[in-house]
Amino acid sequence: MLIHLENISFTYDQRVILDEVSLAISASQIVTLIGPNGAGKSTLARIVLNLLSPTTGKRWIKPGLTVGYLPQVFSVDPIFPLTVKRLMRLAAPQKKCEGALEEVGVSHLKEATLSLLSRGELQRVLLARTLLRDPELLVLDEPLQGVDFSGELELYKLISNIRKIRGCGILMISHDLHIVMAATDWVVCLNKHVCCSGAPEMVIQHPEYQALFGQRKLEEVLFFSHTHNHRHDGS
Amino acid sequence: MIEDFLIRALVTGVGIALVSGPLGCFLIWRRLAYLGDACAHAALFGVLLGLWLNLEIQWAVMGIAVVMALCLVRLQKQAILPSDTWLAILSQGALALSLVVVSLSSSIRIDLMSLLFGDILSVGPKDMLWVYALVGATLFMLVFFWRSFLSVVIHEEIARTEGSPTQRIQHGLMILIAATVAVGMKIIGALLMISLLIIPAASARFFSKTPEQMAILSSVLGMLAVTIGLFGSVEWDIPSGPAIVIAAGALGVGMVGLKNAVKQIKKFAKPI
Repeated sequence: MLIHLENISFTYDQRVILDEVSLAISASQIVTLIGPNGAGKSTLARIVLNLLSPTTGKRWIKPGLTVGYLPQVFSVDPIFPLTVKRLMRLAAPQKKCEGALEEVGVSHLKEATLSLLSRGELQRVLLARTLLRDPELLVLDEPLQGVDFSGELELYKLISNIRKIRGCGILMISHDLHIVMAATDWVVCLNKHVCCSGAPEMVIQHPEYQALFGQRKLEEVLFFSHTHNHRHDGS
Repeated sequence: MIEDFLIRALVTGVGIALVSGPLGCFLIWRRLAYLGDACAHAALFGVLLGLWLNLEIQWAVMGIAVVMALCLVRLQKQAILPSDTWLAILSQGALALSLVVVSLSSSIRIDLMSLLFGDILSVGPKDMLWVYALVGATLFMLVFFWRSFLSVVIHEEIARTEGSPTQRIQHGLMILIAATVAVGMKIIGALLMISLLIIPAASARFFSKTPEQMAILSSVLGMLAVTIGLFGSVEWDIPSGPAIVIAAGALGVGMVGLKNAVKQIKKFAKPI
């Protein structure tokens, strides 16, 4: 077990952001957090990362846990001259940096200026950066956001590979369940409280999930299953 | 023949420019350009308060500028008013307080112009000591905590998840900036001190690929501007502050021109 939250509530300015949420993440496990805007997903991620403390409830974090964090918002102003290489080197020695960039397939961007990268390239570089400290837990806040469809598939494959190779636990926030479904072990559907949780196939059938995401999502899931089969046949 | 007072002013000004180079970079990276202004107005208030209440001037200046900077860091955490609004309120507030103190204390005779626009004749041996104590401490902090300072600029929350004491680092940076403004006021003046932080840093961006290059180039440009400005100030008998700022501006324009020239040359050189 890497982290265990029990009946966590978080109130800010008298507004309830999280209400009695429980969550556990183990090594080699991918937990996906889905929910509508304002559901408290990023707040929950911050509580997992110990950036925020819960108002009530119990939080247990494995002592000495090393985490890697890919935040939802990351932008480098053009006034700040920073290359990919320099960003990485600020956190680790050269060899490690080159290894991490290679692992996520962006070695060619080494000399690129950070503020000029595309969203997908930036997400990959940041993902490489989270790997530098050999984290036991990765927290990825909407890693697929703003990335085009084929980029999404590739990035998610990459994330699932990282889990396979490194055996780290991953907490991933996603706006879409269908794209991450195949690689997720456990899904938590959040709307301030935990609406439902379980294996992805279970959550998709759950009335509370369908009430939140509607029929449209279900059709997209079917569409995704099709593309998945197709890819499977091909290989 | 260079006069003694000019040497004192040069040595002091170059020292200030040396540290305001990298500190100015942090100000523009963090989009806090007006923080320098607020600190300078606070420092002005410090001078006048010190004169009025007969306190040790340097301590009063430094103290009030640092208090201002720390207040700003605290207030920025508060979500309702944005930080530029806070900066404007506190900066103007400090200026107003200074002017009130001036009018109340008719007993102290001060040259308000020299406080606002800088006066090289006012630099004494004691000021040089202050400046070099500050320069030494600041350089030490910058070199020693460089990575920490940068990681806070890049992403504060990522830095925190990696165990960096971001709160203390930010406070440290603010204190360094406030102290630099407080001692730099003598030469550049309270109204124009921010320019020595901002203009060289902004000009340095045009030729920098890494934060380190930008910080060093910014220092060099600042030191050049101080030197040119001070000689100009003596030569044409103009206040030192504006002279330095104009020199910095001219160097900045020169950097932009040079950048464009290099671009043009590269463009023409390519087909050959």
